[in-house]
Amino acid sequence: MRTDPDVFLMGEDVSGGAGCDGEDDAFGGAFGQYKGLVKEFGRERIIDTPITESAFIGAAGGAAATGMRPIVDLMFVDFIGVCFDQIFNQMAKFRYMFGGKSRCPAVIRFSAGGGFSAAGQHSQAMYQVMTSFPGLKVVVPSNAYDAKGLLLSAIQDDDPVLFFEPKVLYQETAEVPDEMYTIPFGQANFVREGDDVTVVAFGQMVPKAAAAIDALAAEGISCDLIDPRTTSPLDEAAILESVRATGRLVVVDEAPPRCGLTADIAGLAADKAFSSLKGPIKQVCAPHSPTPFSPELEAAYIPNADKITAAIKATLA
Amino acid sequence: MSISKESLLHAYRTMKTIREFEERVHAEIMNGQIPGFTHLYTGQEANAVGVCAHLDESDTIISTHRGHGHCIAKGADVSGMMKELFGSSEGLCKGKGGSMHVADIDKGILGANGIVAGGPPISVGSALAAKIRKNGKVAVSFSGDGSVNQGTCFEAMNMAVVLQVPAVFVIENNYYSEHTHIDYAVGCNDLKARTEAFGFPVFVADGADFFAVHEAAGKAIAHARAGNGPAGVFAEQGRYHGHFVGDPQAYRGEGELENLRENHDPLKVFRQHMATSGELSEGELDAIDAEVMAEIEQSVVDAKAAARPTPEQVTADVYIQYGATA
Repeated sequence: MRTDPDVFLMGEDVSGGAGCDGEDDAFGGAFGQYKGLVKEFGRERIIDTPITESAFIGAAGGAAATGMRPIVDLMFVDFIGVCFDQIFNQMAKFRYMFGGKSRCPAVIRFSAGGGFSAAGQHSQAMYQVMTSFPGLKVVVPSNAYDAKGLLLSAIQDDDPVLFFEPKVLYQETAEVPDEMYTIPFGQANFVREGDDVTVVAFGQMVPKAAAAIDALAAEGISCDLIDPRTTSPLDEAAILESVRATGRLVVVDEAPPRCGLTADIAGLAADKAFSSLKGPIKQVCAPHSPTPFSPELEAAYIPNADKITAAIKATLA
Repeated sequence: MSISKESLLHAYRTMKTIREFEERVHAEIMNGQIPGFTHLYTGQEANAVGVCAHLDESDTIISTHRGHGHCIAKGADVSGMMKELFGSSEGLCKGKGGSMHVADIDKGILGANGIVAGGPPISVGSALAAKIRKNGKVAVSFSGDGSVNQGTCFEAMNMAVVLQVPAVFVIENNYYSEHTHIDYAVGCNDLKARTEAFGFPVFVADGADFFAVHEAAGKAIAHARAGNGPAGVFAEQGRYHGHFVGDPQAYRGEGELENLRENHDPLKVFRQHMATSGELSEGELDAIDAEVMAEIEQSVVDAKAAARPTPEQVTADVYIQYGATA
């Protein structure tokens, strides 16, 4: 925002306190992501909206199509239902339907995923759904370093970018460089390198998969752990290269299984690396159910390191 | 409108139950006993109770994320609600919903709702069912001053007028849509006029005063029940807690909360009315207080002792029947 006057931030309570008698910088986003920004950039560029997602997400598309670089925040991705049209029918298709003559450099930020006992309407991943729409780029960082680099790439990108922030990871603390750096889209990160099994994991599943893999080292099992970082574009080459080397694949995501990313990656490997496979591909994901409220049920719902370990061992059996 | 002694006792008991339920839930969250995101209704008790006094079990309500008060006022089982908030499998929703989705379908409660303005369109559907069946029922949706800015709410209000269904839109202005003031978020600065522009009457009440809400809601519900189409209630009353439990509330002005609790307390206002009219004695009201405190205490004891859900319950109740049909 300091270097590009076209960038602005808009959403519900990204500052907070509008029209109130108390502090102006009263909130700063549902997870405090934007705290302090209004003090530096003012309400001209840090814009609180009424609770009207369809209007402000649509307005981001319109502002982007006319030269601005809006960043809009939807708080919880589950709220996408009321503004879905503006995303998948409008901004996703501007460029294609207008014959390549427009651009829509909007970034939509969402908190996503489970882990807070927030129940069925505040715990969904949803990035697997949005990945299916041509015209949208979809980012799912798994750590703070990547989040910064990917977010800067998203803001500079000329296409609409959906940026999913696994909300349990807001609780993690990590060192992040002060300087500007970008991480390109479509370039997977090899979080672990190994010989026996390829594990592909998304978002909050990446640290869980890493924990499972690290524990398996004691049993002499070594794994590649691939974090695609963007689901669209997807670094197919990295996944296929690893699968061709190990011959075994486990795919891990927190969303329910049907038409999801685990099936998508399994399909990719079956289609393009079938002759390298030494055994069945294993998918680790949530069951075909909404996210439950009760902590015991949610713990059983979201994949954990034990389930990932069992899947890795199953590919070796 | 005269109110029977029995109804007065019930109204006070219900408001007190909501108050103590919410304050105890707040304490249990602070103790780490209740998981998830919770939004408290404390201070707004007169709205829910004043409206629901005109409803019977087969009328429906639909609520918001700030839903405990509406559910209690409509007759939800308080012990089952507490168990639900604690995540027990004995809760009203078997631990699947929690605070934001607590519901008691048998009592005509279509649930709290985690999506802002998710309720009004559903309520129009309930009202449409009542119109088609000609059963004289009404459907009430509660909305905050934030949710009425959603397109879904506008659409529901317009369609209710077009279809002339017995929908009652209760707008609770607690001044804040999350952390933003109504003076900023409602552009026209006159929510009553804006709502009436959809084409139905809106009755205004002081949301701290049960009797005022009761009178306004009575007119609105009678209008809808008589087949005259939708109607609205607009009640102003601040909430005593933040948007959610844990909200630092930096947006509040100095002395604002103290003023609300001191000068805009529905329970105090009710007692003042009774002191003036003499319809209920202080002793009768004190006795209710003691009974309610005991009931809430027992509900927490029961919730802590209640059964916990087991992993195989995760996939139960996604469908009524699933798989190939014969």
